[in-house]
Formats: sequence, structure tokens, C-alpha cells
Amino acid sequence: MNQVFDLPNFLLILLYAVVPLLFIIPFALMAVFFERKISAWIQNRIGPNRTGYWGLLQTTADILKLMQKEDIVASGADKKLFLLAPMLVFMGSYAAYAALPFSSIYIGTNINLGVLYMVAISGFVVAGIIFAGWASDNKYSIMGSMRSASQLISYEIPTLFVIISIFAVTQELNLKDISEMQTANILNWGIFGYAGLGFKRILLIPALFVLMIILFISTLAETNRTPFDLPEAESELVAGFHTEYSGMKFALFFLSEYANMFAVSALVASLFLGGYQSPFGYLGDLLNLPWLVPLEQVFWFLLKGLLLVGVQMWMRWSLPRLRIDQLMKVCWKYLIPIGFVCFIYITIIMYV
Amino acid sequence: MTNIIESKLKTDEMVLNMGPQHPSTHGVLRVELKLDGEKIVKADSHIGYLHRCFEKHCEAMTYPQIIPYVDRMDYLAAMSNELGYVLAVEKLLKIEIPERVEYIRVIMAEFQRIASHLVALGTFGLDTGAFTPFLYTFRDREKILTLFELTCGARLLYNYIWVGGVSHDLHPDFIRLAKEFIEYFRPKVVELNELLTYNKIFIERTANIGVLPPELAINYGVSGPSLRGSGVKWDIRREDPYSIYDMFEFDIPVGEGLAGTTGDCWDRYYVRILEMEQSLRILEQALDQIPEGDVSAAVPKRVKPIDGISYARVENPKGELGYFIISKGGLQPFRVKVRPPSFVNLSVFSEIAKGHMVADVVAILGSLDIVLGEIDR
Repeated sequence: MNQVFDLPNFLLILLYAVVPLLFIIPFALMAVFFERKISAWIQNRIGPNRTGYWGLLQTTADILKLMQKEDIVASGADKKLFLLAPMLVFMGSYAAYAALPFSSIYIGTNINLGVLYMVAISGFVVAGIIFAGWASDNKYSIMGSMRSASQLISYEIPTLFVIISIFAVTQELNLKDISEMQTANILNWGIFGYAGLGFKRILLIPALFVLMIILFISTLAETNRTPFDLPEAESELVAGFHTEYSGMKFALFFLSEYANMFAVSALVASLFLGGYQSPFGYLGDLLNLPWLVPLEQVFWFLLKGLLLVGVQMWMRWSLPRLRIDQLMKVCWKYLIPIGFVCFIYITIIMYV
Repeated sequence: MTNIIESKLKTDEMVLNMGPQHPSTHGVLRVELKLDGEKIVKADSHIGYLHRCFEKHCEAMTYPQIIPYVDRMDYLAAMSNELGYVLAVEKLLKIEIPERVEYIRVIMAEFQRIASHLVALGTFGLDTGAFTPFLYTFRDREKILTLFELTCGARLLYNYIWVGGVSHDLHPDFIRLAKEFIEYFRPKVVELNELLTYNKIFIERTANIGVLPPELAINYGVSGPSLRGSGVKWDIRREDPYSIYDMFEFDIPVGEGLAGTTGDCWDRYYVRILEMEQSLRILEQALDQIPEGDVSAAVPKRVKPIDGISYARVENPKGELGYFIISKGGLQPFRVKVRPPSFVNLSVFSEIAKGHMVADVVAILGSLDIVLGEIDR
């Protein structure tokens, strides 16, 4: 309570906080680049190939351009909220990284309610999007932000069903402990029923598999990706809540979208795909080099996260978009009841 | 408690202007939407942002000079526009057209139909949020444009079909390349079907949306694939054959409500897919049968028809395109009136958009396949 200000400790906290940022920015740049490359491959195009070797500097150049652009605020806009909104959105998606276990030795803050924290802090994104839509003084923006709010709030329910189901199985809400439970063996991962549960695992596998799909779908919706990209539905709402934004403010929205994509992918990976655990033991253990293990863990964590991000991109470029009522139908009529049934099933198996 | 809340909440209809600068109005169309939440109470379309006085211009130009202007009406189907106009002028002139010319015209018109439908299908996918099919269809359209370029040097606005003939004969390689294209294109239609047509989300988005009953369609004078999507078997190529269309075998596909109700957006979309197949059939026959001969034999030096009126109509990719020309014997027409299919098809839009959601507006507009260059002229 009456903790004295402690400079080394503060610097350590700062270091822990900066590491995700050092990851997010290059990741977002590369993700945008690969989004464009992947879309180009899917669509029989070449994609960016002029700036830097193989076009690798394209997004860097884009961000530089965005930084230099004039900072336009629409005349009817609510200036304070307009300024606050992109920061809030970015804050929400950045803060979610605090609970992500990149490896067994690095996790921003090892809090006990890690998963719940991630879901809760992502709620800031909704507030930011509503602010953005409202402050823009633009009908399209308001419609985009209203859609976004109802979408994000609805899809948090199936996400939470998945999380309490996982809690029922693992009795942990700390992402690091959940990852530890899944051990470095693919058969002990979340989708295969976690380690140390004996014969119950076989009964759990179908429910867990369904839950993983539910979680993946609802995280897609929470990051506003196709087929749930209604808030920014280009063909209807021009650009939705960020129609009026330009320059660096727009870049922040962009950055947070990609940051969010990785955060939710990492959540799926942590809960079901072993988190930072390798699928087949560690090279560091084999060669008796203990320092190699955390590095390998970071590698596996990033690989799983990036693969899921790749799946998100793949889906984006192959599927059309749902309509708002269909989106709600998917959530309330399918995901929530199925999630609930899975939850009941899991509790019965675990505790009866 | 609820009463208090209800009385204090003032709900109002919101007017939302969609366009003229909007990604999904297919040009500079302004749709004035009255919205109750996301539901459409009223949808009015406002046109005229691309008006270029085409009809008035025609009165100051000679008959051949008008052809490039005709290209610019439905700029996605310039060949078909030219064909209609040239037929109307030739009716005034009463000249015989060499058979090879007729074949070339049909080949061009059918290629143009496929190209235009490809744009329609791709942009319709884009309207529903599917980006990739759009680029696939444009990739295939590119091949058709290359064939046109080979023929007349232009890729979009050709000035190729002239009064009494065509500007150039076919390139020696044309027939071989055209046959190669047909071979290449058939599997691509299957690919498009797999990617978009039978996609569950796409069907959800388009089936039972913007249902156009056949009576309503006929009352509004809707034509082309939009009419056939409602199950009405009406095609000028069959009902009132022009050029040499009566020599070819082809079917007229109509909407059957395979995914939902007959006459919904999906039906209009699907009719276009089927029509491309029929166009390929016509092309195969025409490419096999095309005779040798001269292509400029009948081209008159000065086009100066006698007094009279003529009306010619053709089945454009978008619908029935008609030209009404009055000649007073001079080098210029006295009056040219165009019956543009997009204009008439758009008129039914506010009728069928009512009660749908905002997202459906773009789907309905996309399924009607309008081109603003033709609506405003």
C-alpha cells in the first residue's frame, strides 16, 4: 500500500511493458505487408514489390506517409473524444498483451485472472470505437460504431462460455499456468484434453474441439475481421467508424486492429494449442542448454499465433460478409447455446 | 417505468445519403435512404451526376461520328451499344450487310456480354464483401479485352462496328485465340461457382433479398438478366432476332429460385452465370461457321439516309437497349432517343429495396447491374 517509489523496480516494469510494444509495431508492419502479399497470392496478383527487397518496406513507407499527413478534424467533430478514441482503441489492444505468456520466463504481468483480464481490457476497444463513431459527426461512422458495439458485446458471451469451460477443466485462469499444464507434448494440448486427466480426456475432446471453433469464430468477430467486418464494411459504410480519421490517428486504428488479431490468436493458441509449449519436447533439454528453452518457447508461441493470424487472413480473402441480423443470429442462436451445452457437458464430466 | 423510458426516447427516421461518392453505387448514383435503425423505410435514387447531353450532341454530329459517343454510354459493353446503334442506322439506309460482318458483330457482342457479366458478377461479390472473386473475374475479362485490342486496337471504347461494316477485319490469329479463350474460360466459371455462387454466406446474403416478382418487373419494363431472374423468358435475341442470331442454338436461362424465392438477388446473379455459358455456345458456333469475305464492302462513304424514322433494339448485357432515330435527310440525325436498360432497371429499385437493411441496398443495386454512364447519358 505505502510502497516507496523504487527506481530500478519501475524501470523493470517499464521494460516489461515496452517489450510487447517492440513486438506489436514490427508485427503490425509485417502483418499488413503479409496481408497484402497473401491477398495477392490468393487473387492471382503479385502484390507490393517495389519498396525495398520483395516490397518488404512497403508498409513502413505507408506509415511514414501517414505520419506526414495533415491531421484533419472534421468541423462538426467532438474534438476531445475524436482525439481520445484512437488512443483508447490502441490502449485496449496493447494492454491485452500484458497477460500473454510469450514464454515460461516472460509474461508482462503474471496475474491470476489473466484470461478474464484480457477479455475485460479488450472492452476498452468498444468504448474507443463508440467514441470514434460518435465524435466523427458522420452517419456512416455512427452506424459502424453501433454495429461494432453490439457485435463486440454479443460475441464476448460465447468467449466467456469458452473461458469458464476451460476453467472447469483446468481450474486456472492464468494463461501461463494453463500453458504449463499443456506440457511440451502435442497430445497434452488443450484440444486433446490437457495433461493429467486420465480417461476423462477422451470424453472431453469433442467438447473442447467445438469450444475451440467457437472461440476462434468469436475472436474473429471481436477483431472485426471478415466475415464479421461489418463495422468497417467497405461496400456499405465506406470505412465505418474510422471514415473521418486520417494520418497518425488512422494508423493507430490500423495498428490496433493488427495488434488485436495477434492477441486473440495468441489467446486461442494459449488455451487450446499449448501456448508457448513445443509440440515435441525442446532442443534445449536435449542438448542440456537450459537458456535455449525459453527462446524456443517464444518461437513456438509466435509460430502458433502467426499461423492463426494467417488463417484469419485466408478467411478474409475468401469469404463474403454477413449482414448485421445474420451476425447476431450466429452469435445468439448458435454460438451461445452450443457453448452453453459444451460447458454443461464439461462440468458434468469433470465433477460428476 | 417502461412508459417513462419510451416517452423520453425520441426515435426518428434518419436520412442517409448513399453516394454520389460511395464505393457501392457503381458510379455516381445518389441513393437517398430513409432509415429506421438499419431498416429502409424509403429509398429514392437521384441520377444526373454523369449527364453529358448525349442525345442532344447527336443532333450536331454526322451518323458515323456518333459511334464513339455511343461507346461511352454503357462503357462496359461498348460493342453491344455500337451494334444497336448501327442496326438502327442501317434500317434507315436499307443496306445489305456482308455475312462475314454479321458473324464478326455477333462474336464481338457475345464476347462483350461475357466481359460485361464478369464485371457484374465480380462487383456483386465485392458488394457482399467478397473481394477475391472480383479479381478473378477481372483477370478473365482482361483476356477478352486483349482479344478486342487485337481486333481494333482499343480495350474499352472501340469504335469498331461501323455503319455497313466493321472498322478492321479480324486478326489472322483471332479465331485460334478466341477458341483458346473458350477452352480456358469454361473451368473458370466452375471455379467462380465454387468460390462464390454456392458459398453459404453469399447465399444467406443474397437469397430472398430484393425479390422482384415477374408482374412487377414487367410493369416497370425491366429487361435483361434482371427480368429473366424473375423467371420471365424474354430475350430480344430470341423474341425479335436481329443480325444473325436466329442461326444459332442457345437457351435462355431464367431464374428458378434455386436458393430462395424466384426473382431474388441470387437468381439475378445466377442467370448471368448461366448466360455466360450460353454466350460461349453461340461463340463456338459462330467461330466455326464464320465465312471468308470482305468486311468493308457495304460501308458507305457518306451516310445520308432519306427522311424517315427507325427503331432498333438489341439484347445488351444489361437488358434491352433501343435506339429511336429520326432522319430529316441531312448528314446529321434530327433526333436520337435511347432506351437504356440500366435506367429502366434502376426504376424498380426503390420498389424492391423497401423493408430491407442497409447492407441489402448494395446487394440489390449490384444485382440490378447498373451503369451510370448509360443512365445519365
